[in-house]
Amino acid sequence: MTDWLSPEEWQAVALSLKVALWATLLSLPFGLLTAHALARWQFPGKALLNGVVHLPLIMPPVVTGYLLLMAFGRRGPIGTLLEDWFGIVIAFRWTGAVLAAAVMAFPLMVRAMRLAIEAVDPKLEQAASSLGANRFWIFVTVTLPLILPGILAGAVLAFAKATGEFGATITFVSNIPGQTQTLPLAIYSILQIPGGEAQAFRLVGVAIAVSMGALLLSEWLARAVARRIGGRDA
Amino acid sequence: MLDLRLTHHFADFTLDAAFSAPAGVTALFGRSGSGKTTIVNALAGLLKPDAGRITMDETILFDSTQKICVRPHQRRIGYVFQDARLFPHLNVRQNLGYGRWFARGEPSSVEVQRIIDLLGLGPLLQRRPGDLSGGEKQRVALGRAILSKPRFLLMDEPLAALDAPRKAEILTYLERLRDETNLPILYVSHAVAEVARLATTVVLIENGRVQAAGPVAEILSDPATAPALGLREAGAILMARVEAHEDDGLSRLQSQAGPVWLPHLNAAPGASIRLRILAQDVLLATKRPTDISALNVLDATVRAVRLGDGPGALVQLQAGDSRLLARITARSARALDLQPGKPVFAILKAVSVARDDIGDST
Repeated sequence: MTDWLSPEEWQAVALSLKVALWATLLSLPFGLLTAHALARWQFPGKALLNGVVHLPLIMPPVVTGYLLLMAFGRRGPIGTLLEDWFGIVIAFRWTGAVLAAAVMAFPLMVRAMRLAIEAVDPKLEQAASSLGANRFWIFVTVTLPLILPGILAGAVLAFAKATGEFGATITFVSNIPGQTQTLPLAIYSILQIPGGEAQAFRLVGVAIAVSMGALLLSEWLARAVARRIGGRDA
Repeated sequence: MLDLRLTHHFADFTLDAAFSAPAGVTALFGRSGSGKTTIVNALAGLLKPDAGRITMDETILFDSTQKICVRPHQRRIGYVFQDARLFPHLNVRQNLGYGRWFARGEPSSVEVQRIIDLLGLGPLLQRRPGDLSGGEKQRVALGRAILSKPRFLLMDEPLAALDAPRKAEILTYLERLRDETNLPILYVSHAVAEVARLATTVVLIENGRVQAAGPVAEILSDPATAPALGLREAGAILMARVEAHEDDGLSRLQSQAGPVWLPHLNAAPGASIRLRILAQDVLLATKRPTDISALNVLDATVRAVRLGDGPGALVQLQAGDSRLLARITARSARALDLQPGKPVFAILKAVSVARDDIGDST
């Protein structure tokens, strides 16, 4: 296995997976809350929230990365706070790559979850309340089980997006081998060196495999949502 | 005992209703759009009325002046919806158990088994809702509501989405439920046949207001309410007891209005039966008719005559302890000089047992 990719390449692949995993896990609760709010709640500024959530999908990633650097860099307002109060620095660290990947993947995660929540008939939740369940228990026993495949599908999509994130990451945390050089950044670096095509090709294969696997898994989960809501064993 | 008084304004409609629902089945009867579902949703806590007060025995569920509005899950009012609303991710057994989980003093397994038997749910327990027929779904929804230990059961046209055989099937279970549990039920319907069969009390709603309320036999025999019920469906209810099965295949019943003979009934002597006598199946005579084929002729006295807009007239009769309704022409009413207090003979062209006329009358 190990001679298949060089140690540096393995490092990039492992870092990519680590960053993507953390980005996905950390954004899950926020994603679920945001999706629930967008699907079910009525509140002032809902359109604005929807816009902000989707912004990273539409803006050039380099802009997102630059904004993150402005805010979370060592001289940015949030970055200064984090360093002064908690001694945490995330700019140019792998944790910064996690933040960049999470922000970029967030819209995809929220969209998948929101669709799943919207597919749940609110009449079922009314029925649950007539049977004595309060809002918390309705969510845990009715809404959550019905949208669970949607949550997983959103998480898988977000994971795939996070492993492939490039623009915001390179802008925010640069391209430091072993620190912030994820898989796409490694491919980019290799392509800068003449004659690196063969090496790049192997990493491209890994990237395709990860993306494809995630996509298939997410499709399969989406079908599971439909099955659950249809209420049949199949 | 449920007491309800509420007003609620919609853009083009105002609901202003007050009534009480004692033990037994109270039928909330009215056309679509008359405000029935609004009342039921207000009761369940799914809609907050503009003003009013709802109490269940001693408990206040809603009071606009005291600003009390108990949340739906704390009202302990079971709700059987028109669409069954079973949880698709749970099987039948888990659906039945859902409300039990939140019920204070959850039903014992003996009680659960009794409801499963009462509603014939045994063979369905492992199935998922998507694999059930409409009638089966409604039975499960009914069982689920009962097992949540409600103090009161709401049923919003639970049969509306079902075909005639399924309706008949569920009605049998509902009758059992009425007779074998003491759970008060508010039953919303716009089908007179269902009301005639199930209700102990009827509340008639028209354009958001209560037009009439009272015991079922009284309301269904009232000429004033007959137009609202639909003239073809209008007719009195007669409580009767099976006396004997005679040799020629007829069953003799003793009703509150006198003896009645019916083709052989599948019921043991002593059994109580509800008879439904449609107003259009009652002929009137001022002399005792002889030499006619009709078997059932009852002595009666005219209580009221109500002339309609058209050629028809509705005559309310007192026969023994109960009331009958006859639909005749205004011309006949004049020719016979029908006045309150006048003795007449009511000839019943047809008598139906209230449990048999469900399928064809909706």
